[in-house]
Amino acid sequence: MGADLTILLPEIFLSLCAMAALIFAVYTTKDEVAPLLVWGTAAVFVALALWVALSGNVTRTAFGGMFVDDAFARFAKVTILLSAAAILVMSKDYMVKRDLLRFEYPVLIALAVVGMMIMVSAGDLMMLYMGLELQSLALYVVASLRRDSVKSTEAGLKYFVLGALSSGLLLYGASLTYGFAGTTSFAGIISVATDGNISVGLLFGLVFLTAGLAFKVSAAPFHMWTPDVYEGSPTPVTAFFATAPKVAAMALFARVVHDAFGGVVGDWQQILAFLAVISMFLGAIAAIGQRDIKRLMAYSSIAHMGFALVGLSAGTAQGVEAMLIYMAIYVTMNVGTFAFILTMEQDGRHITDIGGLNMLSAREPAKALAMLVLFFSLAGVPPLLGFFGKYGVLLAAVDAGLGWLAVAGAIASVIGAFYYLRIVFFMYFGDPEARGTDVAVAPVQGAFLIASAAVMVLGIINLFGVEALAASAAIALVN
Amino acid sequence: METIILFSPLIGSLICGFGWRLIGEQAGMVVATGLLFLSMLLSWIVFFTFDGVTEQIQIMRWIESGSLSTDWAIRMDRLTAIMLVVVTTVSALVHLYSFGYMAHDDHFREGETYRSRFFAYLSFFTFTMLMLVTADNLVQMFFGWEGVGVASYLLIGFYIRKASAGAAAMKAFIVNRVGDFAFLLGIFALFYLTDSINLSDVFAAAPELAETQISFLWGEWNAAEVIAVLLFMGAMGKSAQLLLHTWLPDAMEGPTPVSALIHAATMVTAGVFLVCRMSPIMEFAPYATTFVVYIGAATAFFAATVGLVQNDIKRVIAYSTCSQLGYMFVAAGVGMYSAAMFHLFTHAFFKAMLFLGAGSVIHGMHHEQDMRNYGGLRHKMPYTFWAMMIGTLAITGVGIPLTHIGFAGFLSKDAIIESAFASGTMAGGFAFWSLVIAACFTSFYSWRLMFMTFFGEPRGNKHTHEHAHESPVTMLAPLGVLALGAVFAGMIWFGSFFGHTDQVARFYGIPLAGEVHASDDRGAETTEAHGDAHDEAAGDDHGDGAKAADGHGDDHHAAFGGKPGEGAIYIGEDNTILDDAHAVSALVKASPFIAMLTGLILAYIMYIRRPDLPAKLAENQRPLYEFLLNKWYFDEIYDAVFVKPAKALGNFLWKRGDGNVIDGGINGLAMGIIPFFTRLAGRAQSGYLFHYAGAMILGIVILVTWVMVGGAG
Repeated sequence: MGADLTILLPEIFLSLCAMAALIFAVYTTKDEVAPLLVWGTAAVFVALALWVALSGNVTRTAFGGMFVDDAFARFAKVTILLSAAAILVMSKDYMVKRDLLRFEYPVLIALAVVGMMIMVSAGDLMMLYMGLELQSLALYVVASLRRDSVKSTEAGLKYFVLGALSSGLLLYGASLTYGFAGTTSFAGIISVATDGNISVGLLFGLVFLTAGLAFKVSAAPFHMWTPDVYEGSPTPVTAFFATAPKVAAMALFARVVHDAFGGVVGDWQQILAFLAVISMFLGAIAAIGQRDIKRLMAYSSIAHMGFALVGLSAGTAQGVEAMLIYMAIYVTMNVGTFAFILTMEQDGRHITDIGGLNMLSAREPAKALAMLVLFFSLAGVPPLLGFFGKYGVLLAAVDAGLGWLAVAGAIASVIGAFYYLRIVFFMYFGDPEARGTDVAVAPVQGAFLIASAAVMVLGIINLFGVEALAASAAIALVN
Repeated sequence: METIILFSPLIGSLICGFGWRLIGEQAGMVVATGLLFLSMLLSWIVFFTFDGVTEQIQIMRWIESGSLSTDWAIRMDRLTAIMLVVVTTVSALVHLYSFGYMAHDDHFREGETYRSRFFAYLSFFTFTMLMLVTADNLVQMFFGWEGVGVASYLLIGFYIRKASAGAAAMKAFIVNRVGDFAFLLGIFALFYLTDSINLSDVFAAAPELAETQISFLWGEWNAAEVIAVLLFMGAMGKSAQLLLHTWLPDAMEGPTPVSALIHAATMVTAGVFLVCRMSPIMEFAPYATTFVVYIGAATAFFAATVGLVQNDIKRVIAYSTCSQLGYMFVAAGVGMYSAAMFHLFTHAFFKAMLFLGAGSVIHGMHHEQDMRNYGGLRHKMPYTFWAMMIGTLAITGVGIPLTHIGFAGFLSKDAIIESAFASGTMAGGFAFWSLVIAACFTSFYSWRLMFMTFFGEPRGNKHTHEHAHESPVTMLAPLGVLALGAVFAGMIWFGSFFGHTDQVARFYGIPLAGEVHASDDRGAETTEAHGDAHDEAAGDDHGDGAKAADGHGDDHHAAFGGKPGEGAIYIGEDNTILDDAHAVSALVKASPFIAMLTGLILAYIMYIRRPDLPAKLAENQRPLYEFLLNKWYFDEIYDAVFVKPAKALGNFLWKRGDGNVIDGGINGLAMGIIPFFTRLAGRAQSGYLFHYAGAMILGIVILVTWVMVGGAG
């Protein structure tokens, strides 16, 4: 038992921190210590990320295989922790300025992160569901953080109801799986579903599990909540939704299909490919009609999840590696983009209309240039890093014999390029008469924006070892 | 020294083209011209001191790619030496001439700088032409080949505001592409078969190529024949031979110094040079060389007929050039490469002089080019008149028959005609008669030009005639220098180009073979006198010709030998044209002279004695006159067969293919279909929870159904 707990030490530590923070804030000055808590939580995230990253290169399991700590889980955890820390730091100024910063915010984020860390380490359907619900419940609350706003509460409610539905689907799938496999552990399931043989009941279970997970990564057609929740939630929360939970859900997805259903690749490959195609095209096409940059980023994230699913549906270690790199790049780009969106305002009021970007280049040349790099990278324009992310997943698909999927991905990315480039057009060639956004003076956000854009450019030369880590992570997952 | 010759025009071009803003226009022109005169001086030194042994001067490593490995090097042999002299001399003189000719030009606005650009182009052309003639491998040669094409394009279209000049420049470029494509295919074929593009390797492999079969287009062919024909087709484009000749007359839209340098003396002879350079391959391709003879002879005849009736002074000379190039190809085709080079050499002098003379007339007559508006100009511009007279005497081939005394054209042209006759084949016979008739026509149109321009009464605009003037000394000096060449070049170098076998062999550095009979006076071979045993078959008529002229005996047992690639040119073992040509009958030797006289007398009658005759003749023979005046309707036929369909196809692909299908498709997709789906997606996003939940349920139904159906299948 003691050995098992050692393996879970980072998660336990984070949970304790969160609870300690909660008690501390309640018994002191409540919201006034919130900024301190934000910094503290972020620091804990970074420290934990270092801890996890440096905790060796071995695969350990706890509680009879329910909890797995391998290279794959560590890669996902580090990504989750770092991106969550970045979002926390970024959101402080914004929330303080708009009197939104409650001391519960960093606590809830910390608990959500604990859930995510459990998700990516799950070795059992029970563990999977526990992690998922811990994360989701925390997220439902932060979505409606702005209690006096109709939109925010609506977003929270929608997310909650639909999330409950998806949890139902997931649980139904889990119970079917348990019923036909006789076990909830991934190791047990994979020994039942081997060599492409899978019973109909287990197949049903797989489909429902997939549907539940697709909701979490907001893959079409289970994406409907995404635009509304993104738009309604406070912008820092939106930024958080777009980053860490996506990584966690995608990593969980990979773990389920490979660890539990790795013997029947052919069966889930077609489902994932289907989800990927629908997501890429829907994300690309629906975003064209959006004027609100947060909704636009919602569709953008749907499209990007489609691309990540392309890598996953290859069903190979190469595919998982490409997916992990893709997610890392995606998170970096989104951190930078939301860092800028957080600073958009007119007369002190936050605005999200893309018309506000008109002629940004004239007022803020450096930031406009950074945004240009980020949007080109999001669109997948060579030679920026976003291109190599897309190239990796499409190449994995081609090597796995899914040439048509790669072609579809390329077409979708061409369509999607339109709305990214349109924003660049607004920034550089837009209407000089239109009232543009003021850009709040925000050194932290500015630093994240510039750093993110710089990574997109410098990453071409050197990915700082991320490739090697992703490769070993993929090998740990796909034996 | 060769490196200096090669690169000083390039340096001059760069200084003049880019540096004139720093050093001034005039200084730039002087630098470019000065460097070219330096090149010329060194070229003559190389020409006189060259010992005939082929050598390679490496400049740098150039290409390393797979099995392709090649240097950038100068191949120095007699052919290169000849071409160096021709190119640098004419170019230097044309540079000098351009000081006067380009001084004022109505085609450019007041204050516009155009002269430094002109000189830079001229020098650039010279550099690329030298690149071509010094090439040690085929790709290097192709670089020069395309370089002169570009320079030619730039210079033909030099009058940027003149639409016809732009069109002519494009025509020259595009027609040349046809030939260049064949040339490229030839290079590819050589590389494919010999795995090398170095000339030495290629030549060494020539006998092997003759044994190889290669499948090309629809059949199996002899490799040497295919390669020879492809290379010759490249030469046809550059040298304006029949079928690909249409660009040359139009190229006269360029300034006259350009016509003299590029379209008379140097670039157009690149094709002849190529065929001579490739003599080791040509010698193994009897059918290809027969083809060369036919094309050359037909061009010589065709261009001469068209030249008879042209009225533009530059076009007459242009057709004359076309015709003379035909002569050179006939010589090369019958295996007498040396005679081809001889004519190339002499032709460069007198044709450049004719063009520069014509330029002088045009300059003096305020850019009037129609000969019908000339007349009686010999008093107004005496120096030009005498220069043109020498040029005409040279091109028509005036000399003393059966001796070796005469103007340059007399010796070189006779050499070709004798060679054609001596080849004894059907093609040779055809060529002989074509060339003799063409010689008669040449004489006629050349004298017609002289009579219309310099004799008779002034015609046309009176004002222009009153203001007609002699050209400045910068324009007359080059004429004088070229006149020397036009008079003496033939007599001085006759022996080297077309003399006795061992003399020619020494000149080109070709080893001799089978010299057995004359072992008693081997030592005499190094001296000029090498007279002994006669061959009885050719004894009589030969003795008074060759021997009387330069104190030579003849020895038919001296024959060319060596392997392909050893000398500057390669003469096959059974190729005895040189000896045979010396042995043709006196009547054959005199035939070009008779033809020349006939043409002269006809021209004299028609343009001096009875100036009304030409009009009457044209009236009587209307269809023939029209046929000739319209250049055998080549342009019209090409326009109908190639240009119009190509334009129609281009228009179709542009408007229908690109405009309707591609643009329409993309626009329809981007502006119709995608927005439709965007609206659809927007409407689905209604905001109602039950819609969203419904979508999720629908999604799972689809997934389940698909998996079940797919699993069952």
